[in-house]
Amino acid sequence: MFTRPRFLATAATVIAAAALAGCSSDAVPSGPELTVTDPWVKTAAPEDMMSAAFGTLTNTTDHDVTVVAATSDVSPEIQLHEVVGGQMQEKDGGLTIPAGASLTLEPGGFHLMLMGIPAAIVAGDEATFTLELSDGETVTFTATAKDFDGANESYGSGMDMSASPEPSEG
Amino acid sequence: MPAADTSGLSRRRLLLGGAAAGAGAAVALGAERAGLVPGAAPEPAIDAAGLNGERVVPFHGAHQAGVTSAPGAHATYLAFDLLAGTDRDRLRAWMRLLTDDAARLTQGRGALADLEPELAVRPAGLTATFGLGVEAVRRAGAAVPSWLGPLPAFPEIDALEARWSGGDVLVLLHGDDPTAIAHLARMLVRDSRTFATLRWRQAGFRRAYGSDASGTTMRNLFGQVDGSTTPQPGDEAFDRAVWAGPEAPAWLRGGTSLVLRRIAMNLEGWDEVGREGREAAVGRRLADGAPLTGGSEHDAIDLDKKDASGFTVINPVAHAASAHVADAGAGIVRMGFSYDDPVEAGAVDAAGRPAVSNSGLLFGSWQRDVDAQYVPMQRRLARADLLNTWTTPIGSGVWAIPPGCEEGGFVGETLLG
Repeated sequence: MFTRPRFLATAATVIAAAALAGCSSDAVPSGPELTVTDPWVKTAAPEDMMSAAFGTLTNTTDHDVTVVAATSDVSPEIQLHEVVGGQMQEKDGGLTIPAGASLTLEPGGFHLMLMGIPAAIVAGDEATFTLELSDGETVTFTATAKDFDGANESYGSGMDMSASPEPSEG
Repeated sequence: MPAADTSGLSRRRLLLGGAAAGAGAAVALGAERAGLVPGAAPEPAIDAAGLNGERVVPFHGAHQAGVTSAPGAHATYLAFDLLAGTDRDRLRAWMRLLTDDAARLTQGRGALADLEPELAVRPAGLTATFGLGVEAVRRAGAAVPSWLGPLPAFPEIDALEARWSGGDVLVLLHGDDPTAIAHLARMLVRDSRTFATLRWRQAGFRRAYGSDASGTTMRNLFGQVDGSTTPQPGDEAFDRAVWAGPEAPAWLRGGTSLVLRRIAMNLEGWDEVGREGREAAVGRRLADGAPLTGGSEHDAIDLDKKDASGFTVINPVAHAASAHVADAGAGIVRMGFSYDDPVEAGAVDAAGRPAVSNSGLLFGSWQRDVDAQYVPMQRRLARADLLNTWTTPIGSGVWAIPPGCEEGGFVGETLLG
């Protein structure tokens, strides 16, 4: 863990990190800057190499909040992606959610891209994710794994993930 | 309708929160029409308000909502067979997913991973009720109720087909909007692929919402008023008949059981019977469902009343006589839907001609104990029911219906949690 999770979740879908907050004596007694609702992650087999996670991020503050990184217990690497013109590309500078606004991560749009998953993500699994914000705070949530045939966007490099059998280049 | 907006909205909220929303909404709508269109209140008209689309039946609660809510105009039953690898843990994961889909869609919200959430915004009283067959309870490692399993055979009447029978897990969706039902059904089957296969799917209907006053007893496709004596939610007899108590395994208390029989109805054979014969077969008047011994639909039937020649007015083997139970709380609670499906290739009718109908009844019944309540009645009916001449059970199944759950919980948590 790179930082102390300090925020108690209010939304039912966000992990109630009571134990974690308990070891943080200087916890701020306010809600999280960012709430995550309706989180889910696409099921995947290891040979798929990758998957994606979605949900709605709501900025509860009066200033912009930026997600700069994400980690998960089901994936060694997560990139913040958006789909532009049908092509996935990494979102430089992270995902910024304006004050009081919501950002929906959804197939065909912004999403958390899981890279090199080591084990299958099976329908009904619960995967834990942690978002790191630009101010160093973190927000943890649990996403339910759902079978979903969509969200097969291809990379900006032109490599079509849905059609090409196995990437040949290194 | 700007002038009526405020009062209309508040009245709507008030009505939608209550269990009596159906009947209340009908009354309120009539009043609204009267207010909006002076002098035109009694005229049947297209419902321009669309009030019923937003009607929500709460999903969470002590009992599953589909048991206690008024039957919708449409119903879909789904039955699943568990895959070999679906053990207790996977069964729990599956029931969590299905519960989440149902909890969202019945409340007018899209499911997770739902790219068509617009289909969810008119639930129109949509409910989802989950049932567990004997194999699912075994895999959960829970105590199996003595009555859970196939019904005993009724060789006098049964012509059961596997394609309409059994299933390890059952879902009943009912509500007034078939689009909302279709969308929830798709979300459920999509979330079931890694746990189970769809064994069968059966759809049924009653009159459309708004055709009859809410609460009107349904008519089956024989034209009969069907279900006059069945206890209604809120009746003392309903509670006694339906809810499993201390005699049941702990996980089932507050739940019940469902028997579903797919009953084919020979409409062409029924055509050969005159009105008097039809009424005699049932023991009730076709016009209003009143017993042939007089009174109105909900008056008690008098099975002992004799006519001038000394015979009972109601034939002892009439359907209403054979099905009669003295104590409604010791009987079953019926929830029927008609089906009217395409004629199957090569089907012939009783006279050997190419069939022109494929119709019948999805006969559902709730009871706390299948062996004590359903089976004795079915035995009487199998031996002696004039209606058997024109009806044939072609599908059958029994499921345990667990109690409901609260927000954050899931149906089945009492045996899988």
